[in-house]
Amino acid sequence: MSRRAAITGIGVVAPTGIGIAEHWENTLAGTCRIGPITTFDTSGLPVSLGGEVPGFDESEFVPSKLLVQTDRWTWMALAATRLALDDAALDPDREYPFGLSVVTASASGGNAFGQREIQALWRDSPRAVSAYQSIGWFYAASSGQISIRHQLKGACSVLVADSAGGIEAVAQAKRLIRRGTGAVVAGGTEAPLSPYALVCQSSQDTLSRSTDPATAYRPFAPDAGGYVPGEGGAIVVVEEWARAHSRGVPQVYAEIAGTASTHDAHHPTEPPADHRQLARAMREAVDRAGCSPGDVDVVFADGSGDVTLDRHEAAAIREVFGGRRVPVTVPKTMTGRLYSGGAALDLAWAALALTHGVIPPSVNLDAAGGGHGLDLVTEAREAPHLRTALVVARGTGGFNSAAVLRSPRHQAA
Amino acid sequence: MRRSVVTGVGVVAPGGGSREEFWARIVDGKPAIRRVSTFDPTAYRSQIAAECDFDPARYGLTPQEIRRMDRFVQMAIASADEAVADSGLELGRVDTDRLGVCLGSAVGATITLEDEYVVASNHGRDWVTDHRHTMPFLYQSLVPSSAATELAVRYGAHGPAALVSTGCTSGIDSIGHAHSLIQDGEADIVIAGASDAPISPITVACFDAIRATSPRNDEPDQASRPFDAGRQGFVLGEGSAILVIEELEHALARGARVYCEVAGYAARANGFHMTGLRPDGFELGEAIMEAMDRARLNPDDLGYISAHGSGTKQNDRHETAAYKRALGEAARQVPISSIKSVIGHSLGAIGSIEMAACALVVSRGVIPPTANLTTPDPDCDLDYTPLVAREAEVDHALSAGSGFGGFQSAMVFSKPSEVS
Repeated sequence: MSRRAAITGIGVVAPTGIGIAEHWENTLAGTCRIGPITTFDTSGLPVSLGGEVPGFDESEFVPSKLLVQTDRWTWMALAATRLALDDAALDPDREYPFGLSVVTASASGGNAFGQREIQALWRDSPRAVSAYQSIGWFYAASSGQISIRHQLKGACSVLVADSAGGIEAVAQAKRLIRRGTGAVVAGGTEAPLSPYALVCQSSQDTLSRSTDPATAYRPFAPDAGGYVPGEGGAIVVVEEWARAHSRGVPQVYAEIAGTASTHDAHHPTEPPADHRQLARAMREAVDRAGCSPGDVDVVFADGSGDVTLDRHEAAAIREVFGGRRVPVTVPKTMTGRLYSGGAALDLAWAALALTHGVIPPSVNLDAAGGGHGLDLVTEAREAPHLRTALVVARGTGGFNSAAVLRSPRHQAA
Repeated sequence: MRRSVVTGVGVVAPGGGSREEFWARIVDGKPAIRRVSTFDPTAYRSQIAAECDFDPARYGLTPQEIRRMDRFVQMAIASADEAVADSGLELGRVDTDRLGVCLGSAVGATITLEDEYVVASNHGRDWVTDHRHTMPFLYQSLVPSSAATELAVRYGAHGPAALVSTGCTSGIDSIGHAHSLIQDGEADIVIAGASDAPISPITVACFDAIRATSPRNDEPDQASRPFDAGRQGFVLGEGSAILVIEELEHALARGARVYCEVAGYAARANGFHMTGLRPDGFELGEAIMEAMDRARLNPDDLGYISAHGSGTKQNDRHETAAYKRALGEAARQVPISSIKSVIGHSLGAIGSIEMAACALVVSRGVIPPTANLTTPDPDCDLDYTPLVAREAEVDHALSAGSGFGGFQSAMVFSKPSEVS
């Protein structure tokens, strides 16, 4: 394929920060942003911890007229999009609108917005439902609003694959670039920390019941007790390689060299019997990137926090990389799992790691990795020759996705 | 580039719980619309819907599956079972690593989410909801990709799986996504299509709030009237269609019956308004032209257009303008119809149901009519095939879709004799 996809801009709205500077600074410091949920009283719920985005002021990013039409998840997507476009120095007003697209992932839609309107219906009357319910709650709301706000009029999409969705969005961006689109705004955000959404999530026994932020989400630990949900995510600008260079982009963070997806197809609610399909997703992403596992310098693991799923992931990593102990990190231990935002944020982390030559840390873990034989990176690690990163994501039900990012420093334009 | 064809079709639609019943219904042009029966609609502006008489047990779903799955998932399973059987695929003999799933849905499991919300919130009294009375597996309804999982598990599909949720173009876009996966070599077979079961209080209320749905409550069978001067909005529907999309050589090698080729697909966004449409239909026209280009067709090659035809004044005029712009004079020659006049507007599902209709039109040479089109809107002055079906040789059928969020999609299905 001659048309290659490059990440030229990154917008982060996550517990670790708003904008890449704050996000990266907190990343290097290993700041864990998991804490008690503050937006409502969780005392009656089995789950009380979450990863909130501190200091997010939606009015900085979204006009007041639009605020009332949209959910927090869309505010975060609009904010991350603006940050990403600014970072890429891409002004859609100066572009051919049909050459630009947006692809977002969404797992659960406009939770708080939807709950407010459904409450109005059941507490008051059907006529109390807002005129904006039809556009605020559904999964396509963020892509639609981003398209309108920035005049991205090419083929747009919305993909749902639970926590693997962020990689699916970027994979679709790559497909669009291959077919002639110039640049795609891609990624995902999620706002799952509202009351009813949290009730729905708590039906999963993989959601951590812990009240201690330091031990609630410890993937690969022998006593892992599930995951903590978090909000936010990341949006990246995916741009055709030659076009990016000819317009003189401020930077190319990484090439999206290969992506692949598989499904366990094992059981709708139970973990798979083995790691075969997860390992296959990793291998195929590496194959499609035109490299071999030996070229991969770091793995951003899914890190589910479920003992069985962690064991499968460790086995898949050992199988794909043979005897070599590749560095493995789960920086989302700082934020909790952001569903659609999670894999998108991991891609942003990987792109920044390649740019800075530093592997972001996993926090609250010990390097021993619970006996899985992994080289877990528990403190920010200098890696000046970092060239190729593998990002792995899984979604509840059996979605496995992987993406290989490659540093632009080591290849011809 | 690798090419993809349709080798199986399954449908659950209002007035037709199988492919053949659906086909008979739309050819007959007899609307399957009635007063809402699943809850008391008296307090609502629009009290009618195109409902399916859908009994999941009849389709072989077990009590456990029925309990676990929202209605939209049950319908997806029922239509997928029919499509897979129709394709003649022997799942035990295919490479399941190369078998994918791409399901579309606009609103997912809203019925379950609303039912459970009413319990968790004590009838809306409490903002902080209570988890102690809700169903197990409620997470599966919060995140609609669980429906794609159900299909993947059912057929042992280990290839790529996802749910596409682009509002009312989800149905076309899910098939378009499957087409891309096959073109790019990411899969050889994809079980693709869409399902929606949105007839619940919150969804009916949200369309009431913007007066998008028809209040013609006294005459349900006449309420869905696309392109007719007397139209008053769309009629909410439900249903599912699943197609088996297969790489051409793979299908030929196993001697599969081929309905049609997925000859061209394109999507655009209007960048204009979440619900509003520009009267000139510019972006839908762009999508149509691009889909035609990809299919390497001239406008006068088209034998049929399955219209979005929702029956809102705004849509019908937008769409008419788009056809004129994209197809020029040929727009006046080609028969167009909207099966929403018969089965209502099932949001994300309808696009795939309309693609199922196109597959059958191309393979059977009959064009289903637009029901209730008795007094054409003078601004909708194309051949919208009023009332009565027609026999016609159709080599290439186009379907158009348009949805909230500004999404505009178009897809061309071509006759298999044109394939090689």
